[in-house]
Amino acid sequence: MAERKKPVDAVIIGYGWTGAIMAKALTDAGLSVVALERGPELDTSPDFEYPRIADELKYGVRGDLWQPLAQETVTVRHTVNDVAVPYRKYGSFIFGNGVGGAGVHWNGMVWRVSPEDLRFRSHIEQRYGKAFIPKDMTIQDYPVTFGELEPHFDHFEKVCGVSGIAGNLRGHIRAGGNPFEGARADEYPTPPLPAIYFGQLFDKATAELGYKSFPLPAANSSVAYTNPYGVRLGPCNMCGFCERFGCFLYSKASPQTTILPILADRKNLEVRTGAYVTKILQDKTRAMATGVSYIDENGREVVQPADLVVLSAFQLHNVRLLLLSGIGTPYDPGSGKGVVGKNYAYQMSSGTGVYFSEDVEINPFIGAGAAGKRAIDEFNSDHYDHAQLGFIGGSLILAGGTGGRPIEQMMLPPGTPAWGTGWKAAVRKHYRHSAPIGTLGSVMSYRDRYLSLDPTYTDAHGLPLLRITFDWHDNETRMAAYTASKIEEIVRAMRPEKQATMLIRPGDHYDVRFYQSTHTTGGATMGSNPSNSVVNRYSQSWDLPNLFVYGASAFPQNFGGAPTGLLAGLAYFSAAKIRDTYLKSPGPLVPA
Amino acid sequence: MRSKRLLAMVGGALVASIAAVAVSYVSDHRAGETSLTAPAPTAAVIARGAYLAQLGDCAACHSSPARPAFAGGLRMRTPIGAIYTTNITPDVHDGIGRFTLADFDRALRFGVAKGHSLYPAMPYTSYYNTRPEDVAALYTYFKYGVPAASVPNQPPDIKFPLSMRWPLTFWRWLFAPSPAPFAPAPGMTTEVAKGAYFTEGLGHCGECHTPRGTFLEVQAATAADGPAYLSGAVIENYFAPSLRSDGPGTLGEWSDDEVTQFLLTGGNTHGMAFGSMTDVITHSTQYMTAEDALATAKYLKTLGSPDAAPQTRFVYDATEHNALKKGDASKPGAMLYLDNCAACHRPDGMGYERVFPRLSGNPIVQARNPLSVVSIVLDGSRTPRTAATPAQFTMPGFAWRLSDQDVADVVNFVRTSWGNQASVTTVDAVGQTRSSVR
Repeated sequence: MAERKKPVDAVIIGYGWTGAIMAKALTDAGLSVVALERGPELDTSPDFEYPRIADELKYGVRGDLWQPLAQETVTVRHTVNDVAVPYRKYGSFIFGNGVGGAGVHWNGMVWRVSPEDLRFRSHIEQRYGKAFIPKDMTIQDYPVTFGELEPHFDHFEKVCGVSGIAGNLRGHIRAGGNPFEGARADEYPTPPLPAIYFGQLFDKATAELGYKSFPLPAANSSVAYTNPYGVRLGPCNMCGFCERFGCFLYSKASPQTTILPILADRKNLEVRTGAYVTKILQDKTRAMATGVSYIDENGREVVQPADLVVLSAFQLHNVRLLLLSGIGTPYDPGSGKGVVGKNYAYQMSSGTGVYFSEDVEINPFIGAGAAGKRAIDEFNSDHYDHAQLGFIGGSLILAGGTGGRPIEQMMLPPGTPAWGTGWKAAVRKHYRHSAPIGTLGSVMSYRDRYLSLDPTYTDAHGLPLLRITFDWHDNETRMAAYTASKIEEIVRAMRPEKQATMLIRPGDHYDVRFYQSTHTTGGATMGSNPSNSVVNRYSQSWDLPNLFVYGASAFPQNFGGAPTGLLAGLAYFSAAKIRDTYLKSPGPLVPA
Repeated sequence: MRSKRLLAMVGGALVASIAAVAVSYVSDHRAGETSLTAPAPTAAVIARGAYLAQLGDCAACHSSPARPAFAGGLRMRTPIGAIYTTNITPDVHDGIGRFTLADFDRALRFGVAKGHSLYPAMPYTSYYNTRPEDVAALYTYFKYGVPAASVPNQPPDIKFPLSMRWPLTFWRWLFAPSPAPFAPAPGMTTEVAKGAYFTEGLGHCGECHTPRGTFLEVQAATAADGPAYLSGAVIENYFAPSLRSDGPGTLGEWSDDEVTQFLLTGGNTHGMAFGSMTDVITHSTQYMTAEDALATAKYLKTLGSPDAAPQTRFVYDATEHNALKKGDASKPGAMLYLDNCAACHRPDGMGYERVFPRLSGNPIVQARNPLSVVSIVLDGSRTPRTAATPAQFTMPGFAWRLSDQDVADVVNFVRTSWGNQASVTTVDAVGQTRSSVR
């Protein structure tokens, strides 16, 4: 018999970025809130303390801060004709675990979508004609505009102390910033960190080619900074242990360093860790959510009744929980019916290794997740003419490594032996004289790329795992080849000894064994009506008006760049609507 | 004969003891005012009393975790055994519910309660200057503003004969200042007087910051008592620094606003609170009004030699920073500093304001007694969380990583770099501190 807790006004599933944003918003409004997090309590002290956190093997390879895959993982297959198998070892993407979620170990890149990314289908149709979009590509417009989200992007950047230079300040294009960015009302809250040396070389080479490079916007605060909540952040000192690690300097923005300090004394907030939510509960008529069922750290089943349910468990887990709870109609790729699980997308990334002669001192150990890196946006989104190119979308091109960690960041040219004398000689020759240029490329959504429950494999509690059906389409591999060719041009202008590009080529299959990106998207998409989406523009479920779903699960397709800025902006946009309208008059916020 | 002498001596001692006990009994029962009139318990009086209780930090000792507020039970070590703080809620059986205002005043200012002298762990030796209207407000708060909690008091863990209390009466006679309401010294401005009233009284700063004599009495109770007042003292495993303007990097170089900021938030550009002071900021001084904090700042800056010649001001010296920038870590302790400290405190010793304190010109780092620096290196430290500064920064301890020699080397490095000048710390001193730190 499940233990039944006292009802609360709101229950939050997953206490990462959007969970923390909503915990603050709802407790600000006076609601009683319970936040459930399946992982442990985590904080800068004691969990990310220097020097113990700077342990690449423990945190960067064995993933001490990540979700244990033996408890729960996903299964992966390429097409509907394949049998999915479990992702047993970390590679392609990384799951957060614990308070702060992936916001603890991310690399801090806070990116604003281009305005046209939010209305991508319409934009492409208008520019190139309706026929330009292949029939099996299921991309959609967001039901919300850049202008509506801009104040919320601005707020999140200020909460995180993002360092950067504005490229488009209230319509004025400014030197040093990204000329393609949507108009911003305000400058970045902290100035950019100086470019790492390779970034400076990139700046020079791109300038020669007429491109406008800019500092990558980084939630690695460049100075000691106090955010709008009164929470002070430390400075980034480019220690080279950013992504995969917790930050010991209180600099990388995370829920812990930006929001949780002001929630610590709130009497109307209770955080329960070790709480593994297994189902969102509904009333008999399936018109309202009534709370959640979870398994506590002692293995006991608990029911937490609530008037409002916030699902903020990370993109993949959000979709899984909707499917496990029977909320909405699961997507069927055969018939094309249903929306839950539809429009799953990922990130297309490539990497070009640049190998200089030994008189070029790169010092790769000086690095941060995003700070110090430089980027160009010329070949992203629809910033360039695609008419003759045979694909849509593009990539953000970013230069510079995030560190020089010996196990995973030892860049060596292809053909180098994997061990022995030859390997040692190559390390000596290349370690301080090489650097990467990477891409974060868009991935469109397709009829045959989706999420569902696995028919065979289950988690530690016997519940079906989420199954990813995903492989590359030619649109993405062609786009990646194109942007890689542009990178090779830039690299030639740097005059290295060699360069080598790692690329996913047409015909290559999705390979989960190597890390590409954790920017998995879709499956609970945001749209204009229930037939094309799972949530409305306020992240409210079309099926259950007291259920709100946050995260990149809302993206109908993925864009070039990083998702956190957009998903945080959408959460703040929703929070404002909940405060101003929903709480006064609960119910559907958008007519179905 | 010898046995007669012996008998006479023992008899004499016995008579003296009985006399002492009798004298102590009489004194304890006659201490204090005979009767005082309690004011009407209005919301304003209770609120004033609540504020004064924050200034006096009564909760620091009389509230303990897992118990209702002010129900006592905090264990305090003394040289003769452990004592436990008392329940000062208005519970009639276990608390002070039966106290009259005169009883309360007697405890607060005279150090006598329930017929015996209190252990001076209760800082009546500072609270003695509390004005009658403030005593009355405190009394009203504890009687009407605090919920009664029936939590019985725990008797002291002190063995007979050390458990006899009459020596405390003699201690009180010899060392406690005569209870009298605070009166400003001649020439004190109103604002400085306000600061003096708090610092010398409810703030009880001297209980930690003033050195003590043989019988554990503070060597000076007020500024008027001389240069020992607030000149720095060892408390637990720390050296509570001098609050006087008496050398490079001391309070004379802090502006009034910086001192105020420190009281209200536990940090400013010069440094951040640590050890017991973190609790003082969190539970007490963060609640001061801006006026009271500023008045305290102004008073503190009158102590010592505030108008000392500019030559004694701290001057930053870039030598060590320049060396480290060039990769020269040859100065003893420099490599240890780079490997353990520089990530936060930086090779230039400047830290990051109100996140990681600067070490250059820092009064703690340059204090004549290195105990605080050694303890912090071994044990780490947390900054205070206040309503205005909700983020808390924690320095990890390095006891697990550094040997006594390492600690001595790195402490000596920071105490002699970037313009800092301070005495040498020995390996033995580190070893002694390490064994007394948790």
